[in-house]
Amino acid sequence: MSVTLLPERTETESPIEARELATRRGIGDRVFFRGAGASGFVVLAIMGAVGVFLTWEAVQALSASGFSFITTSEWLPDASGAGFGIAAVMPFTVLIAFIAVAVATPIAIGTALFITEVSPTWLRSSLISMVDLMAAVPSVVYGLWGAFLLQNQVVGLSRWLNTWFGWFPLFSVSGADPNSPLSSATVYTASSFIAGIVVAMMVMPIQCSVMREVFSQVPIGEREGAFALGSTRWGMISVVSLPFGRGGMIGGTMLGLGRALGETIAVVLIISPRFDFTIHALEAGSNSVSSLIALRYSEATGFELSALMAAGLVLFAITLVVNFIASYFVARSRSGAGSEA
Amino acid sequence: MTDLLGQTSLREATTEELWAVTTEIGVIPAVISPVDELWAPAGPSGRPPTRTTLPVRPGPGTPPPAQRPIGKISRNDLLTLFGAMLSSLCITLLIFGRFTPLSGRLGFVVVWFVMFLVIYALLVSIVDNRPAVVDRVMATLLTAATTIAGVAVLSVILNTFWRGRSALAKWNFYAQDMSAAGPLDPIGVGGISHAIVGTLIIIGLSMIFSVPLALVCAVYLTETRGRITELVRSVVTAMTALPSIVAGLFIFATWVLILGQQRSGLAAAFAVSIMMLPIIIRSADVVLRLVPGNLREASAALGAPQYRTVWHVVLPTARPGLATSVILGVARGIGETAPVLLVSGITGTMNTNLLENPMMSLPLATFQFVRTPVEAQQARGFATAAVLMILVLILFAMARVLGGRQAGQLSKRQRRKATGRSLHDMERIEAADHDRYVSAVDMAAAASSSPTPYPPPPPSPPSAGSSS
Repeated sequence: MSVTLLPERTETESPIEARELATRRGIGDRVFFRGAGASGFVVLAIMGAVGVFLTWEAVQALSASGFSFITTSEWLPDASGAGFGIAAVMPFTVLIAFIAVAVATPIAIGTALFITEVSPTWLRSSLISMVDLMAAVPSVVYGLWGAFLLQNQVVGLSRWLNTWFGWFPLFSVSGADPNSPLSSATVYTASSFIAGIVVAMMVMPIQCSVMREVFSQVPIGEREGAFALGSTRWGMISVVSLPFGRGGMIGGTMLGLGRALGETIAVVLIISPRFDFTIHALEAGSNSVSSLIALRYSEATGFELSALMAAGLVLFAITLVVNFIASYFVARSRSGAGSEA
Repeated sequence: MTDLLGQTSLREATTEELWAVTTEIGVIPAVISPVDELWAPAGPSGRPPTRTTLPVRPGPGTPPPAQRPIGKISRNDLLTLFGAMLSSLCITLLIFGRFTPLSGRLGFVVVWFVMFLVIYALLVSIVDNRPAVVDRVMATLLTAATTIAGVAVLSVILNTFWRGRSALAKWNFYAQDMSAAGPLDPIGVGGISHAIVGTLIIIGLSMIFSVPLALVCAVYLTETRGRITELVRSVVTAMTALPSIVAGLFIFATWVLILGQQRSGLAAAFAVSIMMLPIIIRSADVVLRLVPGNLREASAALGAPQYRTVWHVVLPTARPGLATSVILGVARGIGETAPVLLVSGITGTMNTNLLENPMMSLPLATFQFVRTPVEAQQARGFATAAVLMILVLILFAMARVLGGRQAGQLSKRQRRKATGRSLHDMERIEAADHDRYVSAVDMAAAASSSPTPYPPPPPSPPSAGSSS
């Protein structure tokens, strides 16, 4: 005797109605989403707390100095609140960051395009690791490299730039005489330019990995379409990859700028601090907010500590703005985080 | 001509007929029709004829064209490349040695490269058209950019090891701390054991703080969507470029100034984990997004709640990538100098107490050593940096071994394990099916005829273990 199990049927079938579709999450899922959401909240809270507590500590100095905090160049904090400000330190920071980005961005774009478009397949993963390794090399090691190896190489370049392009303010050096054979190289050392090049090496991998990610998402159909129409490889890159990746390129560049603004130890190792701003990037002596903090905090007490916190707060605010603009560009681009892989 | 497509082939149609057809359907003939009698002065509709290039069809007897080699470097390309390299080198040597008083290695390389570009473009333009020239020149520039990056990273690593070699060769460098050695002592005395231990403690604590939170947050970013998720993602991206000195200041402001704790290794670990957190989240987010959607959907279709999908499908699939992102985060965290300088401080003695007194780390030791302009100290500094680089490189090799595979690609051993698991599952399901069938038979038998209160004993179970 065989038995089949059939669903029972009622005699009169009711007409089929659209089922209501709703997600009812089980208890496990609800706990899971709460927990995951909490982790996101913690990350937001940390970021918020950084701002809040820095402000809290900086209030004392900022209320004493007021507006002169932005206009004063030297850094001699005492409780009267007049003798310190970021008018020299902040422009130096920006100058170094811009030199770094100007040097790093072409290399980053070139490397990212080389990895995604030109390099043979067997080399690709090694190159990706190489860029990741550059990102992982500690900044103090870059600092050593810059101060002990690169500086000697770059001094010649600085001298050459000064000789031929000295009429341009960025490349002029006061106190250097390019025609004198006896002129010392020390006027070119410890400059914003050298610090900028070293920071560029640290910024490049960050920019490169963002750009590489974007270029690797270029729709295969558009690429092959360009090739099918008879385009050369560079033709395809300039017509398809670059326009597609524009948002990512802008975002990556600005992320690098944010990183360059906050670079500390490498800059400390290279520059000799000075408190009168000059646009002459090749000239000896420079400064940056983070190196100011790193150099001064140890002998700082009470009021000066508060002043350093204020400088840190300004740096934090600027990098935050730059980074948010950057992540906006990355996310808004066609290739950004919003598009599902 | 009534039915052109059906009856006569296009090749046999006259030009007028073709024009009639094409104006009817509104296209201009591009590649159709025989060559000889095509261009009538004007079409029936008065349209002036457009000139197009027509392919010459091979006759029946011609052999098929040879396949063009693609994706291979031809001999011509290779010779062009080497010729350009050689001649640019010669010209540069001439310029540097004979014509001008130029000097310097950097200048030589730059001039050589520029000369190479010019000559290479010239050589290519002999045989190829302009787009091809542009293509070659741009490919050369891209290669040059990558080469610069490669040379930079190589020289960074080699420079560190070379200058630190004298101290690296001494055993006391790894076994002693600096409490008994002054800055003027030779490198035979003193070492960095305190910094090695401190680094390991700080990075271990930072991993405990940041890795679980970062992974949960990455899961949150990939498993949910909405405005808050986007906000968190933007904040994380912005945090990846948070200045490390600001992270140090933040911990200094809260832990030391407001909570009144000592500067210590624990505080340094807090600051370092703030630096590591966004890096791990961002790369783990990318890895998790690469998990194929059909795996998630298959799990959901089988009725799994989302947390089980994440735990049993998404995370195991992405495991190698996640390990890589954690390792990369650790490699970044291990080299942070500024926060440790701020919230832990410099010391020369071994300190394993987490809560009190400064704790040294390797990057901080490097920083402190090289700031003293004494030969022994600088050798120590470079050697410390070399030890740090060794740690980073080990982490890196681990990441490379683990992360060489894409999400979902299993190693041989993993595949064997997965096969074993699914075999086991199949046995289990078959056994359960069999049980259900047997009990259904029993129930039916009981309902239909048997008056006995208990069903007869079931037939013997199948050979596979029937316990579920």
